[in-house]
Amino acid sequence: MLSGLRRRRSGRVPRTTLLAAALIGIAVALALPASGLGTQAKSSQACQLSVFSWWTGGGEAAGLTKLIKIWNTRNPTCPFKNETVAGGAGTNAKAVLAQRLAAGNPPDSFQGHAGAELRDYIKAGQVEPVDFIYKAAGFGQAMPASLISQIKFNGKLYSVPVNIHRANVLWFNPKTLRAAGITPPKANTGYTWAQFIAALKKADAAGLIPLAMGEQWTAQHLLETVMIGTLGPKGWAALWKPNSESRWASSGVKTALNRYNTLLGYTNSDAASLTWQDAGKLVADGKAAFNVMGDWQDGYFSGSKAGDNLALRPGRDYGWTAVPGTSGVYDWLSDSFTLPKGAPHRAAAVKWLTFLGGRLAQDTFNPVKGSIPARKDANAKLYGPYLKWALAQWKTDTLAGSLTHGVVAPNAWATEFGTALGLYLQSKNVARFQAALVAAAKKNS
Amino acid sequence: MRRIRRWGPGLLLVSPSILLVAVFVYGLIGWNVKVSLSDWRQAQKTSGFDTSAYRELFPSAELGQVGEFFRSIVTGRQSDTLTTDPAWVIDVRHALLFTVAFVAGALIVGASLAFLLDKGVKGEGFFRAVYLFPMAVSFIAAGVVWRWLMNPAPGDRSTGFNLLFDKLGLGFLRNEWYLGADWGASALAIPAIWALSGYIMALYLAGFRGVPEELREAARMDGASEWRVYRHVVFPHLRPVTLSALIILGHISIKVFDLIVAIGGKQLITQTPAVYMWILIYDARDYAKGAAIATLLLLGISVLVIPYLVYTVRSEREV
Repeated sequence: MLSGLRRRRSGRVPRTTLLAAALIGIAVALALPASGLGTQAKSSQACQLSVFSWWTGGGEAAGLTKLIKIWNTRNPTCPFKNETVAGGAGTNAKAVLAQRLAAGNPPDSFQGHAGAELRDYIKAGQVEPVDFIYKAAGFGQAMPASLISQIKFNGKLYSVPVNIHRANVLWFNPKTLRAAGITPPKANTGYTWAQFIAALKKADAAGLIPLAMGEQWTAQHLLETVMIGTLGPKGWAALWKPNSESRWASSGVKTALNRYNTLLGYTNSDAASLTWQDAGKLVADGKAAFNVMGDWQDGYFSGSKAGDNLALRPGRDYGWTAVPGTSGVYDWLSDSFTLPKGAPHRAAAVKWLTFLGGRLAQDTFNPVKGSIPARKDANAKLYGPYLKWALAQWKTDTLAGSLTHGVVAPNAWATEFGTALGLYLQSKNVARFQAALVAAAKKNS
Repeated sequence: MRRIRRWGPGLLLVSPSILLVAVFVYGLIGWNVKVSLSDWRQAQKTSGFDTSAYRELFPSAELGQVGEFFRSIVTGRQSDTLTTDPAWVIDVRHALLFTVAFVAGALIVGASLAFLLDKGVKGEGFFRAVYLFPMAVSFIAAGVVWRWLMNPAPGDRSTGFNLLFDKLGLGFLRNEWYLGADWGASALAIPAIWALSGYIMALYLAGFRGVPEELREAARMDGASEWRVYRHVVFPHLRPVTLSALIILGHISIKVFDLIVAIGGKQLITQTPAVYMWILIYDARDYAKGAAIATLLLLGISVLVIPYLVYTVRSEREV
């Protein structure tokens, strides 16, 4: 026995040992990926509804947890498998998802902003139309017709919206404004542009940051609301229709960009180093007069301290209205869920989407997430002061889709818009900015 | 048959690794180059040959355009006539600023630390560990801390260095750090210098110790001052160390991504080529252009690494 282990005269390892080692090496290398596939195949035999989202924190995660609870009690044979990837606005999640879809390994349903952002998935044939779900569950009657027409692509629906957020909200601190001699705007009518600029001037004179802004995407968020407030919802929608380059070159767009240029003169110098929460907190702390952000800000302002929010009193510690020129316009965005082609448990996925579009799921999720249901029949009693206001507006307002949050422009166009904005923020050259936007429209519209 | 018996088992032993490297390194490099030369610029996959991605990254062959391209990189001013992607021009400028600041900074700081330790300090082991530790911190974690240290907020919202400068009465040193329009990208190199200079110190320290004490003694016997001992005896021995340090720093610099994203996020003001590549692939789904940038990054690194490999092979042969 021992002699076999003893080294030969030559001091070299025996040939047979080497050969065996090499064979084992090859076997291990070949077996690793194979065993990986094996476990995957096994786990998909038992029914499990795998849902992919970027809801990992705050109200979103809490809302999702409530939905999962309801789902699991109703569907004990096909429990929920929560596949979340962290990262604000889903930037990391979308990268992971793209890899999974390309590898032919889709979840049963995945989150995506409703609207043009889904077009890449649709064009690549990665999602199925879900019109049949709308028909069977009567979503067409329950949700506003204008919403449904804005999320259709080539006449078909590809996702079920769970919630609606509003992007064009102007936030302010009433106490700060009064101290600076500024009359706070009324929620329903808001400021005109002239009143707003006058208020910014007063705030500047009082030593406040007139308009708090954060990193580049929040600058784009502000720009889209200024454009809607200048061009109106119809003019805005026309910019995203086919062959729209001449509209991008119009004097209306020029007016909007010049107005935006003026507003940037009232923003904080360190904008690029602030998150949206940092910028909102400047208003909450009384250091800034105004801030334009989506209505997830309401969740941040009024939510509990335990959840890293500010626990402010709505209406007293902070107020809101539509961005100037956009009263009566709902610059909307929506989280929605899809039916991927080749979903491992398609029947369960259809059931999940039917559940999500229903009143129970929407009224369970949204009060916690801090958004309103896409449906018109929400139970207003469940919602806080800001959301009650938003619910009322949602029923009467004209809808304008958000650019920054994926409704009006496909990914390529939205990215080019962002790059053009980044270049403009460095050069502050409005004419060059407009030329870049025209070029982007020429390429993408 | 005999010859096969001699090298066969060895080959068999390393063949899994050769196979894996062939597929997952060189195969994927080849695939990446193929994608960069395709018209896969939207969500749909097509297979046509197309050089449009590269044409957006290089100036056209006209002399005026080439001049404008380099002028724009050097001055940082956007050009109205240049047909090259203006964001890419800014990325290249950022990459150059970052590289110069990072490589020079880390080499100087690292070499100085090594020099001081080489002169004999009490508790050398302790200092060595202290200076080496930052390398153990990931760029993403370091970025979060340095984002706070290099906070450009004005007035009473200052934190980090700006606050420190104010407290010390050095208010004139306050600055915008990475938000500076012209030189901001070089401020992004400061955390990288902090992280890597300890490693460069370790390289140089090993280099210093590798110089035989007899040589130094001999020089001293001949009446050389301490400075001249270093200048004419020690430093010439350090050329291979400096070269290795340059390669290591250079390739980290060209592909820097996590540090930038942790400090600046996805914004043009701090964007580097690797960040733009990510945006193009995952946000815009412009796979060809993203792959083209990846290819250019690989070429940039090769420019550094291949001469180094040639040098190493040659000097090993001489030995």
